[in-house]
Amino acid sequence: MAELKLPELAEGVNEAVVSFWHRKEGDDIKDGDEIVEMATDKAAFNVPSRSSGVLKRIVAKEGDTVKVGGVLAIIE
Amino acid sequence: MQIVDLGITDYKDTYRLQMELLEKVSQGLSENTLLITEHRPVITIGRKGSWADIFKSRESLSSRGIEVLESDRGGGVTYHGPGQIVAYPVFKLENEARDIYSFLEFLEKIGSHFLMQYGLSTEPRPGLRGVWVKGKKIASIGIGVKRWVTYHGLAININTDLAPFSFIRPCGIEGVEMASLKTILGGRLYINDAKDKLKSSFEKVSLLAAAVRKD
Repeated sequence: MAELKLPELAEGVNEAVVSFWHRKEGDDIKDGDEIVEMATDKAAFNVPSRSSGVLKRIVAKEGDTVKVGGVLAIIE
Repeated sequence: MQIVDLGITDYKDTYRLQMELLEKVSQGLSENTLLITEHRPVITIGRKGSWADIFKSRESLSSRGIEVLESDRGGGVTYHGPGQIVAYPVFKLENEARDIYSFLEFLEKIGSHFLMQYGLSTEPRPGLRGVWVKGKKIASIGIGVKRWVTYHGLAININTDLAPFSFIRPCGIEGVEMASLKTILGGRLYINDAKDKLKSSFEKVSLLAAAVRKD
């Protein structure tokens, strides 16, 4: 099992909001696939998976604010 | 860095071009590329914006020749139209440049450097992005990043008709006053000259200097 976490974005930036999920629970995921789009004040960016498997559970819903290092999803 | 002047374009076409370029830059098949364009009238809704920031109906805007589109850039609602130079840096951020906020600051520095060439100094607005002159907002910033390659960018009003900004809440800021170089300097400017100055700013302001500014 692997946790997809919000990576560090910039010094002093501690959180981002989930814009939308490119993938849904049950999808097959490959290492490097872009899974979710996040947004901060003036930037939007994708978070790629760092592992392969099945997108088991979406932890952070669209509109949720997530801290850096916070879990976005579980990949198994 | 290569610079491509696209002339006047539709927002959607330039978006598609950015995506194609992003793929190439990401795979190392193309060098960092700066696209420069003026858009046909369009209101775009960024990830932080919504229709609540637009005060007219789609039909009413359409009758004025203004299209409304959703965009995957950061930021709120903005307007693009002829007389406004839009710069889309499709740049790969590597090593210490992998800092999204440094990149936003880099774009603000470009805006300041550009305006300095017209003898204007910019003032930072605490908590607000963009480029400000004499209390008014002259340039807007909003980016997207995929696989550490940037897209979207910076829009600077040169001779832009500012009326359409009154149809929206620009960047979600209540009561913001927009400006153009024309309104500040009191006369129309040569757009090609402005483009050359902007290109020069992109060549002179270092991305890395912005990235390591904290030291």
